[in-house]
Formats: sequence, C-alpha cells, structure tokens
Amino acid sequence: MSKRQMVNRTFIASSLLVLAFYFNIANARAAGEEGIKITPQEWSFGGMFGQYEQAQLQRGYKVYKEICATCHSMKFLSYRNLDQPGGPGFSEAQVKTLAAEATVMDGPNGEGEMYERPGRPTDRFVSPFPNDNAARSANGGALPPDLSVIAKARGIPLGVSWYVEPFYWLRDIVTAYEEQGADYVYALLTGYKDAPENVNLAEGMHYNVAFPGHQIAMPSPFSADSVQYDDGTPQTVSQYATDVTAFLMWAAEPHLEDRKKLGFRVILYLLVLAALLYLVKRKVWARIEH
Amino acid sequence: MRDVNFGWLIRYTHAVGASMFFLAVYAHIFRGLYYGSYKSPREVLWFLGVIILLLMMATAFMGYVLVWGQMSFWAATVITNLFSAIPLIGEPVVTWLWGGFAVDNPTLNRFYSLHYLLPFVLVGIVGLHIWALHIPGNNNPLGIDVKGKQDAIPFHPYYTLKDGYAIVIFALVFAMFVFYAPNYLSHPDNYIPANPLQTPPHIVPEWYFLPFYAILRAIPNKFLGVTAMFGSILILFVLPWLDTSRVRSGTFRPLFKWFFWLFVVACLGLGYLGSKPPEGGYVIMARVLTAYYFIHFLIVLPILGLIETPKKLPASISQAVLEPPDQSRGAQPGGAAAAPEKR
Repeated sequence: MSKRQMVNRTFIASSLLVLAFYFNIANARAAGEEGIKITPQEWSFGGMFGQYEQAQLQRGYKVYKEICATCHSMKFLSYRNLDQPGGPGFSEAQVKTLAAEATVMDGPNGEGEMYERPGRPTDRFVSPFPNDNAARSANGGALPPDLSVIAKARGIPLGVSWYVEPFYWLRDIVTAYEEQGADYVYALLTGYKDAPENVNLAEGMHYNVAFPGHQIAMPSPFSADSVQYDDGTPQTVSQYATDVTAFLMWAAEPHLEDRKKLGFRVILYLLVLAALLYLVKRKVWARIEH
Repeated sequence: MRDVNFGWLIRYTHAVGASMFFLAVYAHIFRGLYYGSYKSPREVLWFLGVIILLLMMATAFMGYVLVWGQMSFWAATVITNLFSAIPLIGEPVVTWLWGGFAVDNPTLNRFYSLHYLLPFVLVGIVGLHIWALHIPGNNNPLGIDVKGKQDAIPFHPYYTLKDGYAIVIFALVFAMFVFYAPNYLSHPDNYIPANPLQTPPHIVPEWYFLPFYAILRAIPNKFLGVTAMFGSILILFVLPWLDTSRVRSGTFRPLFKWFFWLFVVACLGLGYLGSKPPEGGYVIMARVLTAYYFIHFLIVLPILGLIETPKKLPASISQAVLEPPDQSRGAQPGGAAAAPEKR
C-alpha cells in the first residue's frame, strides 16, 4: 500500500468515526452533575452567522430595567452603549430619555457637596444599591451578582461519558457554540419549581432545577404579564427569559456581530491563501526529487 | 473589550494566542521527542528549548493572573503556595512572592511587570535557540547527518513555501477560535471578579497546564507533589543521557515507536484528568499515568536503547529520499537514476 493510499484510508476512516459520533450525540446534551439537565435553546446569535435581533434586545432591556435592575447592577455598561451598532438599536434621542430616567449621584460641586442629577448617555448604568453590603442587607444576606458579563460567566456541564467528551468538545468548536452561558441563564430563569418532598429548603431559599445545589436565594423573577410588551410579543415567563437572556448576552459580548462578520472574511481569506500556497508549493517542489 | 476600537480582537487574539503558542510548542516538543532531536550534538539546543518552555509557562501563568477573575486569583493562590513546600525557607519565600500575606494588589503589580519583562527574555533565548540550531544544523526525520550538498535543499523557496502553507493552516485554526469560540479554551468562572472569600467549586488551570496539574494532585504529599510537578519538566534536561539508543530517529526504532505513542496517550490522559475533580477513579488513574510518565523517562528509554534492534539506517538522506526502501528493492546500489516516474 502506498503512502498516499494509507493517508486516504486513515482519513476516510477517521472522518466516518467522527461523523458517526457526531450524529449520535448531536442533540443529546444530557444530565450532568447533580442531575442538572439544561437544554440548549435556539438563539439568533448562535452559530457562525449569528446576529442579535434588535427588537428582542429592546424587549430584553425593558425586562432587565423593570425586573432585574431592582436588585442587579450592570456596572460595565453605559447608557450610550444602547445606541451602538450591533446592539438594541435605540435612537440617540431614546437613549437620552432612557438615561434621564435614572438619577445619578455626582459631585462634589463648588461647595464640596454631592448632588443628584438626571442621568446622561455617558453615565454607567446606575446600580440599585450603593455598595455590596447594602445589596446583601436588602436581599437577606445574598449578593445579587453584577450582570454585565453574566452570560459569559456561567457554563453548563456536558454530563457525558469520558470517552465521548472529546467529540463534544470538537462539536462545540466546529459549530461555534458559545451560548453555554445564555443556555444556563435561560434554564435558571425558567427553572423555578415546587421543591420535591424530600428537599428541605433553607429559609428564604427557592427551589430551582438549573441552579447548582437547587437552592437559590433569588425568587422567581417573572410571572405572566409582569412586563408590558408593546409589539404584541406573548407576555409569558419563557418569552421574558429568552428576551432578557439575549439582552444579557449582548451586554457580555457587545461586539459579537462585528466579530462573527470579520471572522468569516478572515477565514475566507485564509482559505484562499492556503489553497494558493499549496499550489505554489507543489509547483516549486516538483522541481526536485523528494 | 467594549470601548476601544477592535479591543475585543486584541484581547481575544492575546488570550487565544497563548493557547496557540503552547499548541505549537507542544507539537514541536513531541516532534523532537520522536525524532530524537535532543541527542548529541544538539543537547544545548534542547536545553534552550526546555528553558523556553519554562519561561513561557511562567509568562502564561502570570498573564492569566492579570485578568483577576476567580480562576486567576485562585490559580495564583495555588501556584504561589507551591513554594511553601520548600523546606525551611518556604513560608518566607511565599510572603516575598506575594509582597504581603495573601495574594493581593502587590502580587498583581509584580506579575504585571514580569508578564511584560519575561517575553523579552524569551525572545533573547529564542535567539540563542536558533543560534544553537545553526551550529549542528537541523535534525531530520531520518535522524542521520547531512553528508553533502546532495542531502539538502535550499531553505528558500522550498521551506519558506512549505512552512508558509503550514502556518496559514495553523492560522485558520487560530482564527476559528478567535472569531467563533474565543472563550472556549478559558473557564467561565474567570468572568467572575476575583473574590478572596469565595473558593470556586473546582480550581482548574488553562488546558496547557492540566497534565502538570494532574501530576501535582496525584501525589498526596505536598512536597513530593510539587517536586514531581517540576521534575516532570526538569527531567527533560537529562533526557539526552536517559535515552541510550544510538539511533536518533524513531522511524528506525520499532519498539520505541510503541512506547512513544503510549507516552503521548499518557500525557493526553493526564491532561484530561487534570480537568477533573481529584476524587475516586480519577485520582487512581492520575497516579498510574504519573508513574508511567516518569517510568517512560527513567526506565523505558534507558533500557530500550540497550535491548532494541533498530532497523537498518539508510546510507544517506539523498539515498533514502530518492530510493525509498519499499520501492527501490532490487535497485542497483548507489544507482544514480533518480527514477522520476516513481514519485
């Protein structure tokens, strides 16, 4: 068997193996540690050509503003981010209004006093509590985490046997899967259930199927119709969870659209360059015996 | 990340770049292990390579700490605490490294200084590495010396083009990560700001440190664990003398080939185990593989060189390339015919 034949055979065999595993496992992200089961969602921003949906981000901002922001800060974001390209697509005037709804502590002024003023687009999102201790004391000792990058600060367990794990890794890389955090946040927000009989909930805790340990201090944030949508989108818990998760993903990765667009061009360029270099290399190497 | 134009590109390229640097270097090291590139007369070249590996590990670790997320902080805590395993002076050394009594701002400041200082040192050593390469010259897959002009071809255009092609393929992988899975190689916990009061459920380093982390945790005694971890790299310094075989390339060593691939599997296995919690079967496997890691260097390689019968080496590179043994059987010895149809 010549070298080329051998290479071909190895290549075909390994491709078949990978494909077999791939189809076998494609949609089976199963129960992980502690029996936590998180189902990946369809996100508009997933995959190689993923883009945010402006209307969804706007709804998500509304949900964040009316529900989440009562306890959770988003310190890395400024109001001006809301009209940046690749984001929720609010107009400049809308952003001014949104910012002005917040009250910002500024100063010191000429007399050395701190004073309050309406927010400006350049201000950071105003935090609901002046400091962590105030946040803890208002929330029964639990600190509501900052949500700026929460969609990247969480993952979901693969929960598969060790011998198929590498194939999952490969699949996640090849399919550009980076919505682990979003899937987790969605699962958490929709994961509130009545505690099973055999579970003793600590005081002030709530039962959540997605949360590690299942006992979470945050109460279920949404109920049907708790936020008014103006565009006729169904006002359900799962819709709120989807929209706010999309918003949080944008907050964590505001340049995702730019990144994916540029990435496509870069990869296309590299593919063409690789093909050309390969042909030139063959041509030049044909001059010598090897 | 947010406000600087293309800041996200710089950040992600920098972070993924560290992984890609290790990927390239590990591939380079295993290639060297297979073809016996550490053997005489290239020991100095090999030493410089090991020094580069150590330096880049230090640089990568300190860079990872600069992010100051939960994993950064706790990685810094774990790694700096390793020095407390040194008898007698351990504790003062750790305090000295920290610039205080815990990992804190002074630690961050000095790691920052070192993170940009060490790459310059690295560039210097890379210069020496190339210098040391040019004294004995390249090794090659056959592991036999270049005997004359007919054994070599010009670097340009042959290798500039071949390597150029390989580099572009590598850049494709790099780009896939940067643009489509920039956080894949990192841990989500590192997006949680450092908190000295809260230990993450599992402290894991970046993937390129996982095998060494597995070795560290496989041994229940702290001092021995740290010794084994550093020893697993330092042992490379004596490798040129541990391998007793006089044949350089693995191509001509039928038994060595098997043990080489077994060693690769052991390293990959250790990497996998390093990412898992140190409990149950994972610990047992980590111990077995750690033992095997050292057995490979300390027992297998010295003995193998003595008992193995290597295949017959070709008379010269040009002969091996132009008349491959399976095709040139029956050819006239030293036949000058280049057999252009058999390519």
